[in-house]
Amino acid sequence: MNRETLGWTVVLLIGALGLFGRAMSKPEGMGKVYIKAVRIAPDSPTDTRTTFTKVEPKDSEAIVSVPRTVGVWIAALGTLAIFSFLYRDNVFYKLAESVFVGVTAAWAMVLGFWESIVDKLLRNLAPGLMRAWALPGLSDKQEPNYLYIVPLILGIMLLWRLVPRGAWIARWPLAVVVGTFAGLKLVNFLDADFVSQIRNTIIPLIVVVNGKVDPWASLRNTGLLVGVLSSLTYFFFSVEHKGFVGNVSRVGVWFLMVTFGASFAFTVMGRIALLAARVEFLFNDWLWLIDPGDKRPKGW
Amino acid sequence: MFDFLKTLDRRWIFLAMLLAVSLPILAQKTFPEQPTLHVRNVFQKIEDLPEGSTIMISFDYDPGTTGELGPMTTALLRHCCLKRHKMLFLTLFETGSPVIDQAIKEVIEDEFAELELKSGEDYVNLGFKPGREVIIAVIGLNLRQAFPSDHSRTNLDDLPLTKNIVNLQDLDLILDLSAGYPGWKEWVQYAASPYGIPFAAGVTAVGAPQAYPYIPGQMLGILAAVKGAAEYEAALGEKYPKYRDPKLNEGIRRMAPQFWGHLLVIGLIVLGNCIHFADRWRGTP
Repeated sequence: MNRETLGWTVVLLIGALGLFGRAMSKPEGMGKVYIKAVRIAPDSPTDTRTTFTKVEPKDSEAIVSVPRTVGVWIAALGTLAIFSFLYRDNVFYKLAESVFVGVTAAWAMVLGFWESIVDKLLRNLAPGLMRAWALPGLSDKQEPNYLYIVPLILGIMLLWRLVPRGAWIARWPLAVVVGTFAGLKLVNFLDADFVSQIRNTIIPLIVVVNGKVDPWASLRNTGLLVGVLSSLTYFFFSVEHKGFVGNVSRVGVWFLMVTFGASFAFTVMGRIALLAARVEFLFNDWLWLIDPGDKRPKGW
Repeated sequence: MFDFLKTLDRRWIFLAMLLAVSLPILAQKTFPEQPTLHVRNVFQKIEDLPEGSTIMISFDYDPGTTGELGPMTTALLRHCCLKRHKMLFLTLFETGSPVIDQAIKEVIEDEFAELELKSGEDYVNLGFKPGREVIIAVIGLNLRQAFPSDHSRTNLDDLPLTKNIVNLQDLDLILDLSAGYPGWKEWVQYAASPYGIPFAAGVTAVGAPQAYPYIPGQMLGILAAVKGAAEYEAALGEKYPKYRDPKLNEGIRRMAPQFWGHLLVIGLIVLGNCIHFADRWRGTP
């Protein structure tokens, strides 16, 4: 065993002992999830079915849920496994990453089947069959819409890529997708991101509110206009950037730099927010070191 | 010391960041927040809508960005419940359904249990539909074309809340909680701009700088990441004193680790520049 492996073994052992000690030092332990049984239809005298819902440990009817407790522990250990990549790539990180990718892919696949194939395609092609099999709430008035045979054929043609011969067949539905999407995108982009954005820039440089000049609003509007024009000048390459044009484009560069700085700062904020959320999960839901929502009995 | 800093292993910086974020969470101290104009505009819009107005909330994020968008989701839903607005939920993210379920459970069913808000009457969960912006374009004209039924497969015509809603133009406000594509930009392009529907968004920090140019022409305002959530919670606390309690305000709680984390980053940038210029001054190759 080399020195580094020994070091990590010791760290993991100390961590495990710490967790064990923490769990044993308090009778209530840690990292547990509580549930209670509630009736699905509380007002019904005949329907006595119940379901389990998550409650705070303070609730007098709360009982420990083993599956949900295991879930919290998996989430906590998964978080630590992902964080371990910050030290170096390792087997725990790879395991957590693979589980994450696998679960997400499976989720998307199942959802795609139910929401696209069943709920969009089959519901319109065979409503009676779907009502009997998967969609009991489907209206009796729903008639088959055989226009949906077109997307069915296009879908089958798209999957033809997987067949060794005749891969060109998949190009036709792809062309339909690209053409439709380009048309849809073009119109709305022109309206929302071109015309409307130009309209948003046509603003008064001197803002008068109740007969008085509002200096801050005037300054903001002027700054906006100067920023737009100078930044556009920087990207205008038909004229050499010398003299007046050069100076304006240099102002544009400054505006761009401020924008990039703001973007970087926002990115930092986002990453810290995600880290803080995971750390709070570890301290609150798993280790029970803090109780920011005041959800556990005093002294726990 | 100088050579040590020049060749500092980045893992020490990771450790410093972990401490800068962890210690304020353990200390549980909070800072006062003041709502800014964009956040106040969103708050005021929801506040001014008459009781029982219909608001669509699109949860275009997944559990991976709940740390950023979760606090503002809670604050917005809380405000809608306080004003007894009717709510329509949907998601354009494949993995977005669990965050809708969680928000309904935590806010509508638990926190506002005494209001006894009913699914189908006071709120409807439309769930997920594949198609991204095409879904927005479709429901702009006909809601039932994309969502013939709700999440539990009940026909929209059988639900009191949705039976009279034909398309997006029947809504009083659209809110989008956005973590990327499809998100706020697609809602602007396919709903807010073409139909002039009042629209506001809560966005992740990475997406916020791109959203500002759309205010106020195409968006009422934005809640930019956890800072926007904290400001919204502060605005809610100003109007409803019960919500001044830090225990109820996840966004405000998260601003202390933000403060110390940012301070560390600023310190590191200054330190890095000092080392760079000192290196040049010493003439080190």
